[in-house]
Formats: sequence, C-alpha cells, structure tokens
Amino acid sequence: MVNPANPVSQYLRTDRIPHIWCSGCGLGTTVNCFVRAVETCGIPLEQISVVSGIGCTGRVAGYLKLDSFHTTHGRPIPFATGLKLANPKLKVIVYSGDGDLFAIGGNHFIHAARRNMDLTIICVNNFTYGMTGGQVTPTTPIDAIASTSPYGNTEEPFNLPHLAESAGAVYVARWTTFHVRQATKAMKEAIQKKGFSFVELISPCPTLYGRRNRLGDGLEMMQFYKENSVIQNGADTREVGLDFKGKITCGKFIDREKSSYLEMYNTKMAERFGSSFEPYEGVL
Amino acid sequence: MKADPKGVLTGAHFLDGDHACCEGALSAGCRFVAGYPITPSTEVVERIANRFPSVGGIFIQMEDEIASSIAIQGAVWAGAKAMTVTSGPGFSLMMEHIGLAVMLETPCVFVNVQRGGPSTGLPTLPGQADMMQARWGSHGDYEIIAFCPNSPQECFDLTIRAFNLAEEYRVPVMMMMDECVGHMTEKVVIPKAEEIEVRARRYTTAKPGEYLPYFTNGDIVPAMAKAGDGHKFHVTGLTHDERGYPVMNAEAQEKCVRRLVEKIRNNAGNIITLEETETEGADVVVVSYGITSRVAVKAIEMAKDEGIKVGHLRLITAWPFPEARILELAARVKAFVMPELNYGQMFFELQRTIGGKARSYLVPHGGGTVHDPKVIFEKIKEAAW
Repeated sequence: MVNPANPVSQYLRTDRIPHIWCSGCGLGTTVNCFVRAVETCGIPLEQISVVSGIGCTGRVAGYLKLDSFHTTHGRPIPFATGLKLANPKLKVIVYSGDGDLFAIGGNHFIHAARRNMDLTIICVNNFTYGMTGGQVTPTTPIDAIASTSPYGNTEEPFNLPHLAESAGAVYVARWTTFHVRQATKAMKEAIQKKGFSFVELISPCPTLYGRRNRLGDGLEMMQFYKENSVIQNGADTREVGLDFKGKITCGKFIDREKSSYLEMYNTKMAERFGSSFEPYEGVL
Repeated sequence: MKADPKGVLTGAHFLDGDHACCEGALSAGCRFVAGYPITPSTEVVERIANRFPSVGGIFIQMEDEIASSIAIQGAVWAGAKAMTVTSGPGFSLMMEHIGLAVMLETPCVFVNVQRGGPSTGLPTLPGQADMMQARWGSHGDYEIIAFCPNSPQECFDLTIRAFNLAEEYRVPVMMMMDECVGHMTEKVVIPKAEEIEVRARRYTTAKPGEYLPYFTNGDIVPAMAKAGDGHKFHVTGLTHDERGYPVMNAEAQEKCVRRLVEKIRNNAGNIITLEETETEGADVVVVSYGITSRVAVKAIEMAKDEGIKVGHLRLITAWPFPEARILELAARVKAFVMPELNYGQMFFELQRTIGGKARSYLVPHGGGTVHDPKVIFEKIKEAAW
C-alpha cells in the first residue's frame, strides 16, 4: 500500500503501484531523487514534461504524475525536441536507460547536444538491457558478462560524460544511486540549466548484470559504489571512463554557458529580418 | 474554423507540386515541420524553411527520418499542427513512428513524394511502389488514410484535407505524391483565408485530474490534451486502457486496437474521394491514381476513338480503398484495367474487391518514367471483348 503521508507520493501515479522493477534495482532511488529535485527546482509541475524511451528506465515516465510520454525505443530525444520547440515554455526532461539513449538512440543524443537543444537528459546506466534479459550495451565494461557476451564483453564502452561534453552538452554530471543527495542536487541543477544538460546515474541491476557478474545483491552493489566512488568535481571527462569493477569517478564535470538552439535561431532571424521578425516563442 | 490568414498566400500561382504541398500545409495551420533532405521531396521543406520564420512556424532539419517522424509527434502533443516530408528510403525509416502515431492517436501528416525503388532506386524519377507500404508498412494492425494527388492544385487542396482528416480521426494521414506530380509546375489557385475550412483540434473539456486520454465518451475518437495544460496525463506506445496506462492482456488489446481500426473503417464513406468519368454504361473501367491517371486519360481517348465504351475511376484517396463503389461497378462492367508504376500493388486490392465478378487487367510499369499511353490502350482493347 502507498503511504499517503509519503512526501513523494503526490508526484507519483500511485494507482500504478506496485511498479515493475525488481527488488534491489536502483531505478526507484533515482525516481525518488528526481521528484525531490523537481519539488525544489522552482518550476510549476504543469510546465514539466517527462519523455522516456523503452526499457526498465523507459517505464519511469509512466510512474510520474506529470505530463509524461512513453515513446519508442531510442527516440525520446527527438520526441522531446518537438515538444520543446512547439512550446518552449515547457521544461522537457528525457529519462531513459543506457541502451535506449546510447545504442539505438546514440545519434539523436549527439545531435541534440550539438544543437544545444534546451533539454535535460537523465540516463540511468545499469550497463545492461534489463527489460530483455541482460544483454550487452554500449556502456557494458570490457570483460563483463552479459547474455549476449557470455564469455566476457570485448567491446570498448562509451565514456558517457566525455561523449556528452564532446557533443556540446553545457552541464554534465555523474553520480551513483548511493549518492542520493548529490544526485538530487545534480538533477535539480540540470533541470534549472538552460541548454542541453546531462546527468548519468550509475545504478544496480542485481537481477541480471549483478547476478551474472557475481556482484552480489542490490545492497552489495551499493556497498561497492560507496567503497569505489571517487568524487572529483571538474574532472577531465577524458579520464572518467569506467572499467569492470574499477573506480567510479563522480561529480559535476561540466557547467558552461552557450546559447541554446532557440536563442541562436531567434538571434539569426532578428539579424536577418530586423524588427519585422517576432521572436519565436512557440506555435501557440 | 477558417484558415489563419498569416499562412495563406492567396492568389493564382505557378507552382510545382512540392511547393503547392508546402502552401497547403501553411494554409492548414501547420507550424511545425521536421524533415531530412531527400530527392524528390526536398523542395517541400526548403520552401517551409524559407516561409516559416515570417508566419511564426518552426522548421528543424533533423539528423534522420526516424527523428523527423517522431519530432513532429512531440510538437503535436505540445499543441502544434505538424508534418514531415520524405521519399521512399526515408519513408522506410519512418514506419516505426507511423505505428506510434496510430497508437498514441497523434494527428499529423506524412508526405511521401514517391520515386523508383527498391532501396536507393531512382532518386530523381517517378514510382508508385510505396502504396502498400503506406497501408501496411508499420508492424501491427491499423487502418490508414492516404491521398494520391495528380496535380499541383491537388497537392495544395489535399494537403489541407490531410491535416483536417488527421484532426478529425486523430491519425497520421499520408500524402502519397510521386516525382512527376511533385516536380510538375502548373497553375495553383490559393483561395482567401476565409474560404479555407480548417479543422481545429478537439481538446478535452475535462478538469485537470479528471481527464482520461483514451476515454471516447460514446464517440469513437477521444478528445486530446496538450502538455502544459495541467492534466498530468500519460500516453504510451504500449497497449493501453482509457487512462493511457499500459495493460498487457488480450482484452485490452481487443478494446484498444479494434477502435483504432474501426474509427477509419466505420467512417470510410466520409473519407473516400473518387473522380469518375463516364463509368455509367462503360464496358471497361480504367482505375488509376497520381500521375498515371493523367496518362490513362490519353489511353481512354484512344480507346473511345475505336468505339470502346470505357470509363475512368480515379482514386483520390488510395486508403481506405473504395470497396463499395468498386463492387457496384463490378456488377455491371466487363472488365477493369489498372495501370500503375509498380508490378501490382493497388491492382491486387482491386482484384480482391472485384472477387471474380468482372475481369481485371494490370498494366505494370517499373517506374522511372510514366506509361506509354499506347500500352494502356492496348490493354483496354484486350479487356473489351
């Protein structure tokens, strides 16, 4: 039963609880951090839209009591782009997993970052495709076991903060689900930041990634995060790649100013058309 | 409601079909377009990019057609009227999001200026071989609305109608143009804004907290909400109930998908648009669409010169297919002849509908150019015995 006194229940579709996530999964923790970030970010709830792709993290949109869209696999960013451009007053947040955002959706991620589209991207990175049974993803570390890399992964994974910075993101941070206060603060900062902001949240999947790699249950994986995380704000993102069972560099890596897509557009059109151009502020 | 005069370029113009399609979208109130360059459709988005800043619209060239076909849906859920424009290879990439638009019931327009295929095929030359893809290309079961204009004027008129039907039934509507019609330049008359009927989106009147995204209230099409209005609604590409929540069972599937199919099937009579010439008393009826219909006219004249009683039925909507009218004609004509720029697509739909009640003859053509009217004429002669 849902406790009506729970301070976060007002942000959740409590009629959809119990959720589908496994015991020990980190997704619930990320959602808890997220709603606390939303609660304190100063933006009216009706102005916030959450867009998810497909997968375990893709189900987040369906549990949040906000305007929320559960789209297609890998495509929440272009959906969010349309939502934002048609109504720039909306705060549009994409909440999805590592497979969704960086395998099938990788191209959309880099282009939205390049355009500095005013979106916040929250990636829950559990190093695997949970919904389909634990396959290898673009973030699975070398040597890790997955159902489609049964002898150990041999592909170099993406270093997500470095990818985000290189592609143009104005805010880049990484925390684990152990770091609930820092993760909450990072999500709040990312939501408040104008332009393309990115938060990576390292999260346990004890059922698949943890079990296959003998990393223990959810609690033991959290213990691992506690013991192996190194907080280094402002770290060079080239140095924050993740190894199997290696140290996890956490922190706020990038916080910089750049004109957003619509600012660039409105500036150029005003330059071209002069006072006859009305700055674009949405289709309505 | 009437068109917003800001988007309406009233007057007589000399336009190609692609540009006329752009002007149709502007007149219909389209203010968001996402696209990716592809011959022979690019002129549509080039003109959009040129025209939009002065009418308060926004165009974005996305990284691919997959992104374009879902960006428009995000824009619609924020309140815009939106379309994307492509040709065969891009249309293939968009199939995923035709399904999403069907499932979320997102009103939007997909324009496909058809070229020769398969694969990269003939980028600069005509084809009509995506007709079945328009109908069946995305996975799962659904019904679709598709137009096939045969002139720049129709590209203008039918683009407006496509937007209006998209709103009426909350479906993706296809403009199945072809390279010839897209690149053919003719007179296009754009009426005054107050003469253009534009269908407004039907938004819910429910109070925040009471809105159910897929509750139809006895109708077959539910009212929409848009992001930012305080409804805090959820929609999903998963099979869902009236609340928009996923439900994974056969009963929910039946309820959800049956309505998606029936909202078009039950209203086919209001959607289907045909042009008939001398079909009464005809022995042979030529069925055609798009650029091929203009070639067929020449072949029909040749047949009439030989004394053959031949009529013409032009499909203005390809989908839904005009089964009822074809069946009526099948009861009293000897034969149907169907030329199309493929090796048999709409022809098989025709044959299925006729059900052996009359003879049927395909005049196939691989595309790259149009038929020689003589070939169609020979087939009419063969059919007329």
